Amino acid sequence: MAVTSPSIPQEIARPVAGLRRQRFTLERALSPLLLAPSAVAIFVFVYGFIVYTFYVSLSNWKSAKPDLSLRRPVGVIYADLFSQTRFQIDLRNTVVFTIMFLILAVLGGLALAILLDRHVPASGFFRSVFLFPYALSFITTGVAWSWIFNPETGINLLFDAAGINRLLAAFGTGPLKPGWITDPAVIWQLNGPLATVFPAVGDWSLKLGVPVAMIPVAMAAAWQLSGFAMAMFLAGLGTISNEVREAAALDGASDFRLYKDVIIPLLNPITVSVLIILTHVSLKIFDLIFAMSGKGPGFATDVPGIFVYEMIFRAQRYNLGAAAAIVMLASVALVIVPYLARQLKSL
Amino acid sequence: MQDVTKTLTTRASRRGVLKGSAALGLGTLAASSLGSRFAAAQDEPGSLEVFSWWTSPGEAPALQALFDAYLAKYPGTEIINAAVAGGAGVNAVAVLQTRLQGNQPPDSWQTHVGHELVDQYVVPGYCEPITDIYESEKWADVIPAGLVEQATWESNQYSIPVGVHRGNGFWFNKQVMKDNGIEVGDTMTVDEFFAAADILQKAGIPALALATKDTFAAAQTFENTLLGAVGPDTYRALFKGEAPWDSPEVRAAAETYAKMLDYVNPDHSALTWDGATALIIEGKAGFNSMGDWAYGEFVSKNAVDNVGWVSHPGTNGSFVLVVDSFTLPKGAPNAENAKRWLRVVGSKEAQEAFNPLKGSIPPRTDVNREIFSPYHQWSMDSFAKDALVPSCAHSQASSPAFKQAFYDASLAFVTDKDVDTYIAMLSDAQAMDAETTS
Repeated sequence: MAVTSPSIPQEIARPVAGLRRQRFTLERALSPLLLAPSAVAIFVFVYGFIVYTFYVSLSNWKSAKPDLSLRRPVGVIYADLFSQTRFQIDLRNTVVFTIMFLILAVLGGLALAILLDRHVPASGFFRSVFLFPYALSFITTGVAWSWIFNPETGINLLFDAAGINRLLAAFGTGPLKPGWITDPAVIWQLNGPLATVFPAVGDWSLKLGVPVAMIPVAMAAAWQLSGFAMAMFLAGLGTISNEVREAAALDGASDFRLYKDVIIPLLNPITVSVLIILTHVSLKIFDLIFAMSGKGPGFATDVPGIFVYEMIFRAQRYNLGAAAAIVMLASVALVIVPYLARQLKSL
Repeated sequence: MQDVTKTLTTRASRRGVLKGSAALGLGTLAASSLGSRFAAAQDEPGSLEVFSWWTSPGEAPALQALFDAYLAKYPGTEIINAAVAGGAGVNAVAVLQTRLQGNQPPDSWQTHVGHELVDQYVVPGYCEPITDIYESEKWADVIPAGLVEQATWESNQYSIPVGVHRGNGFWFNKQVMKDNGIEVGDTMTVDEFFAAADILQKAGIPALALATKDTFAAAQTFENTLLGAVGPDTYRALFKGEAPWDSPEVRAAAETYAKMLDYVNPDHSALTWDGATALIIEGKAGFNSMGDWAYGEFVSKNAVDNVGWVSHPGTNGSFVLVVDSFTLPKGAPNAENAKRWLRVVGSKEAQEAFNPLKGSIPPRTDVNREIFSPYHQWSMDSFAKDALVPSCAHSQASSPAFKQAFYDASLAFVTDKDVDTYIAMLSDAQAMDAETTS
């Protein structure tokens, strides 16, 4: 410490140290003061209302008039919730949607970023073009994609115009006319195989599988958010120095090996961030699906967000809606909390 | 969110306008304008805030006609139109509930009669009874008892109906019927429908236009089919919880509905209700089971001459009520004006001005028939003599929780056509409802 250093005369050292101490305390006092308003606001409007929502989920509030008495046995609402076929379908849909959406958005974003990173002409222009969908409202894109994936008005007309159906007719098969967002089928059902191991599965009304109508919805969401993934990957690519690439090239690595073994592993931290951010978007998705396909045929595209909205504002089953909201929060926390913990540790 | 903001700004600007008009005040003295806030009812017209979901091109002018009728009697009143867009009030109801829970009621709001009025507003204590206005205006003499009953709770009236829609319409394209050699008479039985449906199917035309993206049509088509199968008395009893859903009659209705669903357009889950009426207009489908707001679509698309109607198969002699009405809130900011508003909208003149624009018929039966279209005259005849039953799809026949279960079960049924599951879901919903109300 400077104060105890024998080489500095004490009469000089003392005021300096005093000044330091003073500035230090002012900063110490100032920063909590400046943070206080937002901290209070967040505690009331975020954490306070999370607690309130959790309490509502345990209450008897299931009509227009608030009734905050505790429902007994405590927590039975969660049993109600998970026994509802519609909510089971919603959970299945969320898992299926999240997987498809993540694969499409991350691979799409990575591919775009790598293409732009290779100094194509007008890469700045294309960067903006690919990022632009991210700036649009989910409602806008949802409406546009609902037209595209309507079997009567959208992409199916393109199949006709391109002559695909005439070609198919020549081979003696029927026309290619997928139902897209109107297709109620659930493919790759696991109920049968699972029932051989767990006989109880045979009684489930939930079809464990992939709802076909969810595929176009995942495509639309990936279209909108792959630009965001691309921007993240581009930033990551910018930090990889040319020496690394040159070293790989000197060692005789092909372009493919350069990306597969050098660049993509170096992008791992970015990939994790992209996955986490997109997963929480996907778990909370509401507006895109609400505008694009609604609940879908036989709830094929229903998600917990729509369930919460309808249970609270239409059915006025506030406790049931609040319980579903808490389940959504828990699922997001499951993804976000380990990520934040890791980030905070690395600071 | 946007809707909420809109309402909030309306309220904020209303205060601004109040202050502004108090300051300018058409030559009033500054001193008297100070007192105007307290004595508005006697001396100055003051203001009136009316909450509704009437914003579409067919609805907004009709609402304006009510405002005009009010202003003709009480000129100078500042009317605040707090309408929130969204068909059937999907967004408006959420906004209104937030306001009521926050103790910020408008001076009057639009609601369907029946359970929507009673469960959402009367029982929670948001409404004042208007029995005295019913008596002084002698409304019970001119409005059918079956409808007054729908606005009544524990022998007090709580809202004044302004327009009546008929929910069990069955609309068709005349040219399509002619081209396929199908004769449609004044009524239609279920068997007649299926005979026509088979002919249309052979011609490659879906016989039933359905739109399920906004869900209500799936529920409405079933409630109409149910009414046709079980008749008005059992229908009422089912929704009152006095008859069981797992009965052979209801099962037969579900089986009929399942059979009808074999004839629907495959893209129904991508369409909202107006998309299904468009299929009728374009001749791409045979029939559409829909309330008579569909008539407004036919008029606005200049297709009305080519469109015919009957009651939904088997429901001749019944009238499914979808009725808009206005309430008197507890703690209305301008209570005196709110009462004036109710008297005005219950008057013959206002109802004659409102209904031709809205495409509904007046709840009052003493109006001039000549100003209405042939369809509406037909509907007025039915209203005067048929059994009046409430609609569940439009919130009148049941609690909101049962209605949601009815919607969910119907939406699933449209896809899986599983009669057992359907009946079980409806029975469960009835049991849940009984538990809630007990």
